[in-house]
Formats: sequence, structure tokens, C-alpha cells
Amino acid sequence: MNNWKIFSNGLFKENPIFVLLLGMCPTLGVTTSAINGLGMGLATTFALLLSNAVISLASHLIPDKIRIPGYIVIIATAVTILDVGMAAYLPSLHAALGIFIPLIVVNCIVLGRAEAFASKNKPLLSLLDGLGMGLGFTLALTLLGSIREILGSGKLFNVALYDENLGILIFVLPPGAFIALGYLIAIINKIKKTL
Amino acid sequence: MEYILIFITAVFVNNIVLAQFLGICPFLGVSKSVPTALGMTGAVTFVMILATLVTFIIQKTLLDPLGIAFMQTITFILVIATLVQIVEIILKKAAPALYQALGVFLPLITTNCCVLGVAIMVIQKDYNLLQSLVFAASTAVGFGLALVIFAGIREQLAYARLPEALQGPAISLVAAGLLAMAFMGFSGIV
Repeated sequence: MNNWKIFSNGLFKENPIFVLLLGMCPTLGVTTSAINGLGMGLATTFALLLSNAVISLASHLIPDKIRIPGYIVIIATAVTILDVGMAAYLPSLHAALGIFIPLIVVNCIVLGRAEAFASKNKPLLSLLDGLGMGLGFTLALTLLGSIREILGSGKLFNVALYDENLGILIFVLPPGAFIALGYLIAIINKIKKTL
Repeated sequence: MEYILIFITAVFVNNIVLAQFLGICPFLGVSKSVPTALGMTGAVTFVMILATLVTFIIQKTLLDPLGIAFMQTITFILVIATLVQIVEIILKKAAPALYQALGVFLPLITTNCCVLGVAIMVIQKDYNLLQSLVFAASTAVGFGLALVIFAGIREQLAYARLPEALQGPAISLVAAGLLAMAFMGFSGIV
């Protein structure tokens, strides 16, 4: 039961995007389509899992005063592994996400979980926390990507839903990202109020 | 001419915040009033130019000749984190007034993705040193412009009567969207 609580915490109660408003840059930057959102979410989940596991194992070795630089090096290593791996096996997704892959290093979610959870808990629980947070992030990005893709280009996961010319182009352009996320958060606030 | 083009592109057409989505956290976080927005801009400008200079030199003299370009992310983030610390220590000693003004914002800059973003972008765009520095300075100006305009809007927004669900981050994001739309008007000029 307790394990489920740790896992679901990141998914719903403390969803990094909708509740904590962390990691906004990739959220807005790559969600032009559902598949990009999903890819970015899973990439971040991978980095979170790896860094959470290593930090949880190594936290007693790192002196307290230099723990933040220590965490950053561990996170940067995880991101580099991801970057090189994606360039080799998923070149098209790697190209679509572009600069946002190396920028996972400065994603507040990853460092935030390292400091708030992984450094104080056992590896298995840290992995669970990383998985929950990562999937919560993925869920939010995929949802936003789907909304923008449906409204903007009339497609979902590249499957045409209606005539592309009827799409509201602004939603796949930068302003659409801000507006779609703004109203999505408003809708979620409203749902939380009525529940 | 070339440098003017880099400047206009970075400030208006490809604005770092409104078109490229880097540095959203400080954009939403410290834009509650115009003076704090100006303080943050000052700190970012300072660190961004310095960080671009140092990371550029490291890339060209260490990473490229040794063939370890894949170490870029780790190296750059360490350089930026160290630089921010050094700047903080030096300012505290040498310019206490400036330190007082920028103080709170300096530590936040390490996790500001536009600093790392610009350092990586100048390498990807294959700029030379002078072009890189102009690009870094222009990007910082663009960041400041977006931040100050947005702070002005939010100061007014505080008086608006809004539906409960839209209050807070939701309406800020919608306003940012409208601002981004205004900036799209510049997209034809280069």
C-alpha cells in the first residue's frame, strides 16, 4: 500500500506539471505532437530512474556541503548516456527533441527528486518514486501534445482525424503551447474543486 | 551587418523565452514586478556572456581536439555551476551594492536552462567566438525584454477579476501565449 502511495504521488497528487509546475521548458517546447510529448516524457523518466537509483546508493558517500554539484554530475552522466543512446537507436526522435535532451540536466524535476527523495530513501523506493514522477510527467506531456496535435493539425499520433486544413495552426506554433497549457491547468483546477 | 542580424534574430524573431521555450521557470517565477525582473535580467546577462565565453574556449581547446565532444553536457553544466559560485564570491567582495541587487537571483541561474541552452546552441550553430558572444548578449537582451514586458502585464493582471480556476499560473500562461503571439509578428523581418 505504501509503495503504491509513493508511486501514485508523482502521477496525480504531486504531478510535476499540473501541480508543482516544474520542468516547464520541455513541456512547452516539444509538445507539438503527442508522439514527441511521449518520447520526451519517457526520456526524462529514464534519466530520473537512473539518477535516482545512483544517488540513492551513493548519497552516504557524498559530503553534505558538495551534494548539489555531486548530484548534478550524476544526473549529467545519466543524461549523456541517454543522449548518446538515443542518437544511436532513435535518431529521428533525437532530432525532433533536439536541444531539450541535454537540457534534461537542468530540469528541476530531476534535481528536485534527487534532493527531496532519493538522497533520503532506499534504492528500491527511489526507483518507484522516479517511475511515478517520470510517468506523471509523461502523462502530462502526452496529454498536452495530443491536445495541440488534435487542435493544430487534426491528427493524433499521426493518424488523421479530420481535414488538416481545418486545424487551428496557432496550436502547433509557440503561442499555442502557452495557451493550451494555461487552459489545461484551469480545467484541472476546476475538476479538483468539484471533486 | 552580420552581427546586427544575429542581434535582431535573437531578440525578436527567435526570442529565447517566447519562441524557444528556454528559461520558462524564471520567466514565470520572478516576473511579479518590474524591478525584480530587471534584477534577474542583469544576473542572467552577466552569467550568460561569461559562461558562453568559457564553455566556447573549453569546447575548442579541450573537447574537440581530444575527441570527447560527448562529455559536453557534463563539462558545461559543471563550468556554469562553478562560474555562478565564483561570480557570487567575487561580487560579494568587490561590488557589494551589485551583489545586494542580484544576490537572490545568482544561485537560481545554475538551473536556468537558457544559460546551458545558449552555450550548447553556439556550438551547434558553429559560430566563431565573436559571433557567440554577440549571440549570448542578444539572447540575454531578448530574455530581459520578454521578462520585463511580462512583469508589466502581470502587475496589471493582479487587479483583474478572474474566474477562480484561472487564477495564478493558468492566466499567466494564457497571457504569455498572447505575448508570444505578438512576438510572432516579427517573424517576417529576417
